[in-house]
Amino acid sequence: MSAALACLAPGLLTTLQDLGRVGYQHLGIPVSGALDPISLTAANLLVGNPAATAALEIAYQGPYLVVEADSVRIAGAGAAAPIELIAAAEGGRPRRLQIGESARLARGDRIRVGAVAGVLYLAAEGGFDVPAVLGSRSTLVRAGIGGFHGRPLQVGDRLPLCRARASEAEEVRLTGLDLTPPASFRIILGPQDDYFTPAALSLLTQASFTVTPASDRMGMRLAGPRLEHSKGYNIVSDGIAPGTVQVPGNGLPIVLLADRQTTGGYPKIATVISADLPALGRLTPGATVRFRRVSIEEAEAARRQQAALIAELARRLVPAPRAARIDEAQLQDANLVSGMIDALAGDPA
Amino acid sequence: MTAADQLPQGAKFLAAGDTALVVEFGNRVEERLSASVLALARRVEAAAIAGVVETVPTFRSLMVHYDPLTISNAQLKGRLQPLLSGLAGSVSAGRHWRLPACYDRTLGLDLAEVAERTGLSEAEVVAQHSAAPFRVYMVGFLPGFAYLGGLPAALALPRRENPRLKVEAGSIAIAMSMSVIYSIESPGGWNILARTPVALWDLRREPSALVSAGDRVNFAPISRAEYDELAGKARAGELRMTPQSQGA
Repeated sequence: MSAALACLAPGLLTTLQDLGRVGYQHLGIPVSGALDPISLTAANLLVGNPAATAALEIAYQGPYLVVEADSVRIAGAGAAAPIELIAAAEGGRPRRLQIGESARLARGDRIRVGAVAGVLYLAAEGGFDVPAVLGSRSTLVRAGIGGFHGRPLQVGDRLPLCRARASEAEEVRLTGLDLTPPASFRIILGPQDDYFTPAALSLLTQASFTVTPASDRMGMRLAGPRLEHSKGYNIVSDGIAPGTVQVPGNGLPIVLLADRQTTGGYPKIATVISADLPALGRLTPGATVRFRRVSIEEAEAARRQQAALIAELARRLVPAPRAARIDEAQLQDANLVSGMIDALAGDPA
Repeated sequence: MTAADQLPQGAKFLAAGDTALVVEFGNRVEERLSASVLALARRVEAAAIAGVVETVPTFRSLMVHYDPLTISNAQLKGRLQPLLSGLAGSVSAGRHWRLPACYDRTLGLDLAEVAERTGLSEAEVVAQHSAAPFRVYMVGFLPGFAYLGGLPAALALPRRENPRLKVEAGSIAIAMSMSVIYSIESPGGWNILARTPVALWDLRREPSALVSAGDRVNFAPISRAEYDELAGKARAGELRMTPQSQGA
């Protein structure tokens, strides 16, 4: 049988995402892609993939997967979550895989991802073998396109892997990637800030808002003080940018995220700057959000700084601690000296 | 205002963060505005400005999505400004689609209600709607979902009080001063007059969306029996539409 990760339990919302479906918004097709492209990039880097390779985006509660390949290298990056690796051999005692660390698994080994405090990316070396739809493997559930049959993972799915077995690379750990959310998210006013009262504009940057459970990949719905419109809340639909803060009739802002619609008819008071969107996408219901106004020049400088940080990530890879290495020879050694059998996962099936 | 903000034809630049810029021509649904938007979209595409990722034409503005690591907001404004001169009057012919539409009550679920609310007979509603020369102002909201300008004023209606949880793909409806075509099944609150068997959105086709902004559309009434036959062909991927005329 072809190489795959088979799904024993899907988690709550596990979808394949890459960096998005660019170039089709004029036909009404949302961009989609990772809510947190920095963590996606990091997960791919850990397994030696190009940054834009599709990986599993895991929200709320993670999946339980079993390896149906000779071997596979995986890594998780993003929000905190317990990742357990359960070796098929030796009675299946689990060990913990740290976020930001790669591991090699053998046939029959299982991966169990627990509750995720935000979104987590699980990348596999070589990527998942699903067809690109309009140039992207991102799942857009609303339209049923991309990813694995256009939908979240389900029990019994076999997610095909591009590689039949892992390469002989050393396991690595990524150091110094700070994913702490900023104290405030930076915004640029507009395009329709003139549709709001002065009180609404000052509340936007002075009040704090809470991420509500009604949030999804399309939009982050915030609770907090109502932002009052000054001339109604219906506008002739226009384009929607990533990070648009639109305010419908109830006065409660919605920050539009990866699966945002291409056009919309509610006034848009502001836009979260691109450098702060990955951190925003990582937030979970209950989190507090504050906004701070910046100029377009500050936004551009912040984005350049972030791009430099991403470019530097590859230099922050260090060899993983011994327990995470599943190189066969080393495993044998480790087995002899320390008996860390649960770490070895070395069934050469 | 900076120099770059003083633009021809009352156009203005609006900030939409650091990865998108709006060029707004007005705040109404009007053929004149739509024509300027579409003409600018073509010019931007032809200019192939490094860093411009894609453009989204809407009724009254063009959104330009760009990569801020390649081009700054100020640089982009500088590149767009010269493209704004002499846009008016450069309307492209667009393609012309003649779409079969079944106005039978079993598919045009709100036909009776539309007749009642507009004070017209059902036959007059159908006659006016199927005689109207529509133009696609925007494709958006859902993949391939088309907003058509040119609805006769007598047919203009606001949303239904109770939106439907499920509107079938191909449903043709009245949306305020426009007509719309639902491209895929979705919830919806507009007044459904008819249904076309033609797929507005089909991933087996390239491009997947049938119509583009700027195209002309009119509806040719068909019977329920004809609808069923064409719908069967469409499901099998055997209903191929070609435009009546190819525009510039």
